Amino acid sequence: MRNLRKKPVVRWLIIVGVIVVVVVVYAFGFSVTDVNFETTRDEQRLTSLTRILRALAHPDILEYEQIEQDVDLPFHLPCPQGQAPPINVDTRGAYIVVTPACAGPKDIVTIEGFKFLPNTAGPVNFIAQSGVKLQLGSFKTDSRGHFSITGELPNRQPIEEAQTIRATARQNVGGPRVSRTGKLVFDKIVETVFLALLATTFGAILAIPLSFLAAQNLMSEIRTPLTSVSLTLLGWLIGIGLGGAIAVQIGRLVESTLGDNAFITGGVVLGAFAIGLASVTTLTHEKEKTSELNARLIRTVGYGLAGLAAIAISYLVAYMMLLVGEALIEPLGALGFLGDFVFQLGDSLRLLTPAFAALIAGGAFGSLGGRVGQQASDRLDPRTVRTINLAVAALAGAALFALIGAAIDWFYQVLDLTQTFVIPAIVGAIGGALLTLRVDPRQPLPIGYWVYFVMRTIMNGIRSVEPLVMVIVFVVWVGIGPFAGVVALALHTVAALGKLFSEQVESIALGPLEAVRATGANRAQVIKFAVVPQIIPPYISFLMYRWDINVRFSTIIGFAGGGGIGFLLQQNIRLLDYRSASAAMLAIAIVVSSMDYISSAIRQRFV
Amino acid sequence: MLEVKNLTKIYPGDVLALDNVSFTVESGEFLAVIGLSGSGKSTLLRCINRLVEPTDGQVIWNGVDVTQASQDELLHIRRKIGMVFQNFNLVNRSKVITNVLSGRLGYVNPALSLINRFSKNDMEMAREQLERVGIADQAQKRADELSGGQQQRVGIARAMMQEPEIVLADEPVASLDPVLAHSIMQHLEDINQNEGVMVICSLHFLDLVHRYASRAIALNEGRLMFDGPPKAIDDARFKEIYGQEAERVG
Ligand SMILES: Nc1ncnc2c1ncn2[C@@H]1O[C@H](COP(=O)(O)OP(=O)(O)OP(=O)(O)O)[C@@H](O)[C@H]1O
Ligand SMILES: [Mg+2]
Repeated sequence: MRNLRKKPVVRWLIIVGVIVVVVVVYAFGFSVTDVNFETTRDEQRLTSLTRILRALAHPDILEYEQIEQDVDLPFHLPCPQGQAPPINVDTRGAYIVVTPACAGPKDIVTIEGFKFLPNTAGPVNFIAQSGVKLQLGSFKTDSRGHFSITGELPNRQPIEEAQTIRATARQNVGGPRVSRTGKLVFDKIVETVFLALLATTFGAILAIPLSFLAAQNLMSEIRTPLTSVSLTLLGWLIGIGLGGAIAVQIGRLVESTLGDNAFITGGVVLGAFAIGLASVTTLTHEKEKTSELNARLIRTVGYGLAGLAAIAISYLVAYMMLLVGEALIEPLGALGFLGDFVFQLGDSLRLLTPAFAALIAGGAFGSLGGRVGQQASDRLDPRTVRTINLAVAALAGAALFALIGAAIDWFYQVLDLTQTFVIPAIVGAIGGALLTLRVDPRQPLPIGYWVYFVMRTIMNGIRSVEPLVMVIVFVVWVGIGPFAGVVALALHTVAALGKLFSEQVESIALGPLEAVRATGANRAQVIKFAVVPQIIPPYISFLMYRWDINVRFSTIIGFAGGGGIGFLLQQNIRLLDYRSASAAMLAIAIVVSSMDYISSAIRQRFV
Repeated sequence: MLEVKNLTKIYPGDVLALDNVSFTVESGEFLAVIGLSGSGKSTLLRCINRLVEPTDGQVIWNGVDVTQASQDELLHIRRKIGMVFQNFNLVNRSKVITNVLSGRLGYVNPALSLINRFSKNDMEMAREQLERVGIADQAQKRADELSGGQQQRVGIARAMMQEPEIVLADEPVASLDPVLAHSIMQHLEDINQNEGVMVICSLHFLDLVHRYASRAIALNEGRLMFDGPPKAIDDARFKEIYGQEAERVG
């Protein structure tokens, strides 16, 4: 440790220097954050603070039914010229006396009440000729029904006629009941919890498959030669396009037959069902893994038909749900939301069918391309492989870059075909060709690692945008309300859970993986039998954790228009209605802390 | 017949784990692989079914070059090679029966296996294999609820589900007590002698080698030092394999 042996003077200089630097840093900090303790002592601010804190301590949840007793007294402001008309006070019931009996603006008067109900309270108002109420003070009667307060008269235009001073005694009757605000808060907090639930569910459904793609240990061993990589990419693009287009066509077909008559519909349903069943039974038929072309062809056709049937069935189910759901809303009455649920599910199924079809077809064509590429590169001699690579890699590169170009065009509206399509395509093609020339034609490329890297980058990007910011975009798309909140939170959840999940995949024990792989299992089987059992407990644990976080998020996402209780809270704060705001805050505190408890209890059972 | 020709494995970081190893194993043989820790035994076994990709050389099994097989062919080859591991490598949270059934994955319809559907025959076979190793009553337990010896039996049952022609056993008894070690070795012996399965087994204890193996090969720092009957390992050979300071214990 040479530092310690430095000369004392040098050490002192260093210490002084460090202190100076620290002081300067904090001084600058104070200045940029406007730290000013003067304001904290300001008289007016302190009263405001007290008022707000007191309001916050009285959350508007419960209220009582009240009976009111108004006691009026005519009052001259200012005192009339000459003789003031005598005021007759009926002293049989409750009455008030003001001294002096008349006075000028801003004068202090004493108001006394007699024969009120004991132990009641209420305001004393000055009611101007126009009907405006101006509070002079508030009173509380003693056990004999008497009170005495002082108040300052308002500064009003002089009027000849008598105006009114009114004491209003309020008394609670009956037991407490939930106030209007309380009910609203309850509705909104329920909305909040479900908003979080849906966002978590949707997010997790997407995050699970993505987490495998973002797990380094699984992905980095996926290495395929260039032919396979290129054909996989092309296969995916073709599959997505084809799958989506076919699904849309089938959707139109199904819709048109639906309108005509029930027989055709029934026929389509049965036909689709039969095809589906047939293909499933061909699948069930246990086959050895033969490389016989015939068997493969039959199986491929089977899968294809099953796919088409599945699309048709999916649409039919969707339309059925739309019809049934809509029909159910009315008859179900209070449970009508179940009908609406079915309707919405049907609608989303109809919307998502082409997307699923596109994805599945993409996957199928992609893996077909990959296999063909792998075989070609295994079987053919290197020179032929290189020639093939030159073509397919250039094509794949062109397609990829053209796609990126199209995306850029969409955002920036360049609207110039050369710039957004031709040039990227050429660049991509050249890139693909260069890659072909650079690498050994059969050398396995770390494609898995590239996918992993891209996935991680995207996830980190999405994760770094706060849901509060995301919701602003979705409010524009789906309108203000909880749905926008669900979408924004779900998107954030996908990224956040995707990362957490993939880290769990990365930390699994590799021994079982090796053992299952040694049995001749393919990649999907290895994941199902060796990876999935290991990650279920941590996945559940993180899922609960995320739900907890999402409940917190959803309490504030309303600030940006995302629905839930945040919207109410923000509104109340803007309206300076601190008692209602306090009720909302209390509800948030209860829900968040109980969520915290529930989620940690569930997590403990699984870890 | 399994021929290993000039097998070399260099791990990233220039670790030479196998150095030009060649030997041949006949069907029905029980071959022991011995050598110090780090001598390359595990690497050798894993190169045979290509869990580890060899850097150079060939593994030829019944005339088929395993090292040149495509991915699809490799899966076909692997399903005929069972493997047993030192630390069992069971999927802890899965049931015993599921672990055993996973030995069939190379045979079954992939789509159905993904939804956990196994045929009656497979289920029957799994039960038989568990009976054979004497733990049929544990089938529904979670794998990690079993003792070490029981877990290794599950490992053997899993390997046998593959109807293997070769069983690779990587120090199958290194984490078991001597009594259990013998019972596990006897299961391997049973497989070898009654079903004619070739067993290649890495071992640490020479008494086990003498007792069970029909032949032994020895590795030292990735080089083949010995190839012959276990009896031929005399003191001089022993020092060659294990180093000059080594003392015989077994
Ligand atoms: N994945 C790996 N990456 C780098 N080096 C490795 C890897 N696996 C093994 N090695 C090295 O290769 C050499 C041989 O290892 P191997 O595991 O085959 O030995 P072994 O004989 O099975 O040892 P043990 O008896 O301890 O199991 C060792 O030096 C080891 O450090
Ligand atoms: Mg080892």
